[in-house]
Amino acid sequence: MTTFTPAVDLPRRKLRLLPPPGQPAIDLAEHLARYGPLPYRGGRGLLIDDVRAAGLTGRGGAAFPVHRKLTAVLRAADGRRPVVVANGAEGEPASAKDKSLLLLAPHLVLDGIQLAAEAVGADEAVLYVGTDERGSTWLTSLISQRRAAGVDLAAVRLIMAPPRFIAGQESALANRISGKPALPSFAPPRVYQRGVDGRPTLVQNVETLAHLSLIGRYGPSWFRAVGTADEPGTAICTLRQADGRVDLTEAPLGSPLASLLDLRGGPGCTAVLVGGYHGAWLPAATAAELTLSNADLKPHGASVGAGVLAALPQDRCGLRETARVARYLALESAGQCGPCRNGLPRIAGALAELADLSHPADAPWRRPDPEIIADLRRWAGLVERRGACAHPDGTVRFVASALRVFGAEVGSHLRGRCTKPNLWPFLPVAAGPTQEQDWW
Amino acid sequence: MATKPAIHLKVNPIACSGHGVCAELLPELISLDEWGYPLVSDKPVPAGLARQAKRTVTDCPALALLITRKEHDERA
Repeated sequence: MTTFTPAVDLPRRKLRLLPPPGQPAIDLAEHLARYGPLPYRGGRGLLIDDVRAAGLTGRGGAAFPVHRKLTAVLRAADGRRPVVVANGAEGEPASAKDKSLLLLAPHLVLDGIQLAAEAVGADEAVLYVGTDERGSTWLTSLISQRRAAGVDLAAVRLIMAPPRFIAGQESALANRISGKPALPSFAPPRVYQRGVDGRPTLVQNVETLAHLSLIGRYGPSWFRAVGTADEPGTAICTLRQADGRVDLTEAPLGSPLASLLDLRGGPGCTAVLVGGYHGAWLPAATAAELTLSNADLKPHGASVGAGVLAALPQDRCGLRETARVARYLALESAGQCGPCRNGLPRIAGALAELADLSHPADAPWRRPDPEIIADLRRWAGLVERRGACAHPDGTVRFVASALRVFGAEVGSHLRGRCTKPNLWPFLPVAAGPTQEQDWW
Repeated sequence: MATKPAIHLKVNPIACSGHGVCAELLPELISLDEWGYPLVSDKPVPAGLARQAKRTVTDCPALALLITRKEHDERA
């Protein structure tokens, strides 16, 4: 059997979801031997109390309580058959945790799909994954293998997400699976009420479902044995270290950020991006005092999100990085809502003017216009909460945090100077065709 | 005595194409941003403007303006 290895450094410790190094649990028999058979509960709704007691929240970014979504879909069903979707789209270029989980422990995700389907009374499910022909073929073979072995009760289809940042947004996902372009819809109705083919739809991140499969097996107190009382369990994190390494780890919530990211050594680090491109920058010194928990991060305008942590190397300019990502995010706007379609390119353009000083330093008339800062703040206010999805809000949060954290750089840039010598891009942005409508 | 629930105006930003008719018909509650898209007050529509608000909703050429009874729709 072909095995795939994700292009990240894997953890060396024994963890919950991620298998021990060198032994991914890809074979069904081996998987069942390691974790035991699927703990079906024998009827809809029966798993929900355990999930509530475990305190599992969504690992796709929003940290919404899983038991509430399960209950909402179960109630919305009202005689109709709901659909379960495992969301592994992972459109965020800085994140690698969902792809890696699907390669390293696919059966945990597929187990979780079955338990979630039983809990909401669904007999159909979809594994929604990023565009990867080889990986998808392999996952499809695992799905048929499980079906043939009689392990799965609900039928699972694999559907590929287009390589777009917002392809995993719930309503965009539901539209894609219903055969339409992967564009967000206006809510209400929400996806849990009317999603895939107009049916009540449970959308859970693939990591969330993997946790669910272990809660089903080992129970809520096992799940709560790590993490904090308010935010129990572990989260898989993509760690982009200042020296350029990309690590994948599974950390208990409440772990000190300094235990995950090297905030001092190597080339040094000035700031940390927490929660990915809809997340927020924090000064490295602030991050060093905080833990991986929303309780700690929310007061600083950040959140755990989907577990992306990136340490900005000391020799890189945070404004340049932010401007490059903001341009990418503007191009990834679906362009459906006026404020997002108009605002994000202007914000990205202003940031580029502020960040890019690649003109002669002895030409003061080409310094960035100081008005830019006021423009950025005004445009931020004009796009926030005015889109059908959270893309404009997330983008603005990211940009606003950069203006806060890189205040000193903003000052230098307005005087026509940048103190950071390394112009090589650090944060990844997708290289794919970003403007082709076909890719929705 | 039963009181009528407060009504709010809301824009479907996907449907809205920025005609700007709403801001002309209901300047008390709607203004336009610098790109011509409506900025709608999130306060309840005052009783005295209710008729005018409903008229504005039906006159939106994109049918993008909505009346809601609650400020936020609940999830569950």
